[in-house]
Amino acid sequence: MTGYLIRRLAAAALLLWLVLTTTFVLLRLVPGDAATAISDLPIPKRQKEILIHAYGLDRPLPEQYVRWLGAVALHGNLGISYAQLRPVRTVVAEALPATLLLAAAALLIEYGVGTALGVAAARRSGSALDKAIRVATLLLYSQPIFWLGLMAILLFSGRLGWLPASHMLSVGADEMGRGAWLADLAKHLVLPAMTLGLAQAGGAARFVRAGLLEVLGRDYIRTARAKGLSERRVVWVHGLRAALVPIIQLLALSVPSLLSGTLMTEVVFAWPGLGRITYDAILARDSPVLLATTGVSAILVVGSNLVADLLHAAADPRVRDA
Amino acid sequence: MPSRAPGGPGLPRPLRWSVGLVAALVLAAAAAPLAAPYDVFAQLDPEVSALRPPGTALAAVHLASGEWRLAERARRTAGGLELERLGASEVLPASQVSNLTATGVADRRFFLLGSDQYGRDLASRLLYGARISLAVGLLSVLMALTIGVAVGSLAALGGPLLDGLLMRTVEALLAFPYLFLIIALSALLRPGTAATIGILGATSWMTISRLTRAELRGLQQRDFVVAARAMGQPPLAVLWRHLLPNAMTPVLVQSTLLIGNLILFESTLSFLGLGIQPPVPSWGSMIADARQVPLGAWWLAAFPGAALALTVIAWNLLGDQLRDALDPRWRGPELAAAPGALAPEPPTAGAAGAGGGGPLPPAAAAAAAAAAAARLPTP
Repeated sequence: MTGYLIRRLAAAALLLWLVLTTTFVLLRLVPGDAATAISDLPIPKRQKEILIHAYGLDRPLPEQYVRWLGAVALHGNLGISYAQLRPVRTVVAEALPATLLLAAAALLIEYGVGTALGVAAARRSGSALDKAIRVATLLLYSQPIFWLGLMAILLFSGRLGWLPASHMLSVGADEMGRGAWLADLAKHLVLPAMTLGLAQAGGAARFVRAGLLEVLGRDYIRTARAKGLSERRVVWVHGLRAALVPIIQLLALSVPSLLSGTLMTEVVFAWPGLGRITYDAILARDSPVLLATTGVSAILVVGSNLVADLLHAAADPRVRDA
Repeated sequence: MPSRAPGGPGLPRPLRWSVGLVAALVLAAAAAPLAAPYDVFAQLDPEVSALRPPGTALAAVHLASGEWRLAERARRTAGGLELERLGASEVLPASQVSNLTATGVADRRFFLLGSDQYGRDLASRLLYGARISLAVGLLSVLMALTIGVAVGSLAALGGPLLDGLLMRTVEALLAFPYLFLIIALSALLRPGTAATIGILGATSWMTISRLTRAELRGLQQRDFVVAARAMGQPPLAVLWRHLLPNAMTPVLVQSTLLIGNLILFESTLSFLGLGIQPPVPSWGSMIADARQVPLGAWWLAAFPGAALALTVIAWNLLGDQLRDALDPRWRGPELAAAPGALAPEPPTAGAAGAGGGGPLPPAAAAAAAAAAAARLPTP
């Protein structure tokens, strides 16, 4: 297992380096890079030269790359945001908790709803209920998140006026007490988390159904039924437990799509997270921020892939011995 | 087994639904110039025609000067033409109006699905938007298919070194959060229709190349391929005549499923302002436009979004059902229930490898497989 762990860690590090290098090269090679952005600024030529020199943009590309990689790897220094003129590390550190909160809440909804629908469909596979759930999940995963979000805003904020339409906190939330602050945050979280969670729940439901159906055909389930256990207990305890490993694996593996989903949700709801600053960085051609957010999301993706691999290996000895 | 209509042609019954739905959408897109009631770019008298709810009819007054003027009501009176515009009433002399009738004017403008903030007809723009999304979806899937089949063939036939190199590249590409990748690319290129197609095609071939590789590797051991080789046919001829035709069914099914996703991503890019550029009507940018106006104008976002969802559902349904109908391995409750059924790699590659203790795909591979198969929606 140790050998396997080392191999997978090395592969993950290599993958991460590849992703970062590719992003770096892409951002520097294609027209419309930071140097161009600075030349477009309405400031005197001399100041532009100073800026370009200060950011090292006048050096050859390989030198820029080595300097950047060295700063990131040795000092954790992500550079200065061109647009906000603040350390990128601060910008990212402010945004990350917001994204993690949104993603965690959405995951809870995704797997809550997904498991409920998946189990219901698997228990009566082939029935009208199963077919209805199949249609419902197809409808759910064919929805564009940004549209779902807008419709939710139109209905719940516009027409009904129940929930705030955007941002994470109300103006003046800083002066609230702890309880009121939490309540304000929760109120702002409901719509984005529901939008993201429900849009993703269709895929989860289908996966739970498939995993559970496979397990329910096994001999030990027949034994459990023959022992006279209630159907509820057979499905929820004996069946779901065995299907849990692939489900947790899927959870780890759905991180990329979850991240893409948070980006759209954050744009629609003006949620101040990683996706939102990525989008702003793209519009402002702020490549240090873009590199950092791509890097953070790549770490999350590669890390969760690693977790899925290790789970797989822990569950199945053939993998780690291969 | 899918049920077949007695005596009918070979299409399984559920497939008729999705084929019909997709055909209707394609037809609507093709017929847009004929079917669209109005010019998509026309902004007749925007002051009056802006943000009209669905079902609004306005009188269209053609002035002698060549301009158009719209009004909530136009009535012929002794003094000329009495117009009611935005609550105020005004009278135009009859000599200034060129489409006068006995009671009012001969023309009207009917906004079946309402109008946008520039006074453009939403129904017309919706129909043209169908063209854009269909064209982008089909062209980018064609590109992905070409790259994917080429890379997959190279990996399967080009020896272990090339195979390893290509497949690791595929894994690295799949490790990017997809949306981050395409919006980063689209921000760097000059946005537009061609750039959108290029970006989508260039970033979505990975699952197809994997599938092609797996299919080809399975086929290479089959007798008819071995025989063709033994008869001295050159490798490219074997690939073209024997391998690819037999590998295409699952690849084409996967491509159908991809179209729905690509249409979704086109609209996502356009919504972010990085895809199709105004004034070309794209459903994504129409929904983005809707965010610029007060929440009351629900029709601006509701109709393009519904059209988009319907299109994506139609392609996904078609892909699902094509797979059921064409690929016997997916058929029947036992197979459909197996988790392998969720992976795009058919049992020849996936299940056989796992069962025989062969090289198991790393989770990154399974990730893409599971996500692609369950088609977790990203935008």
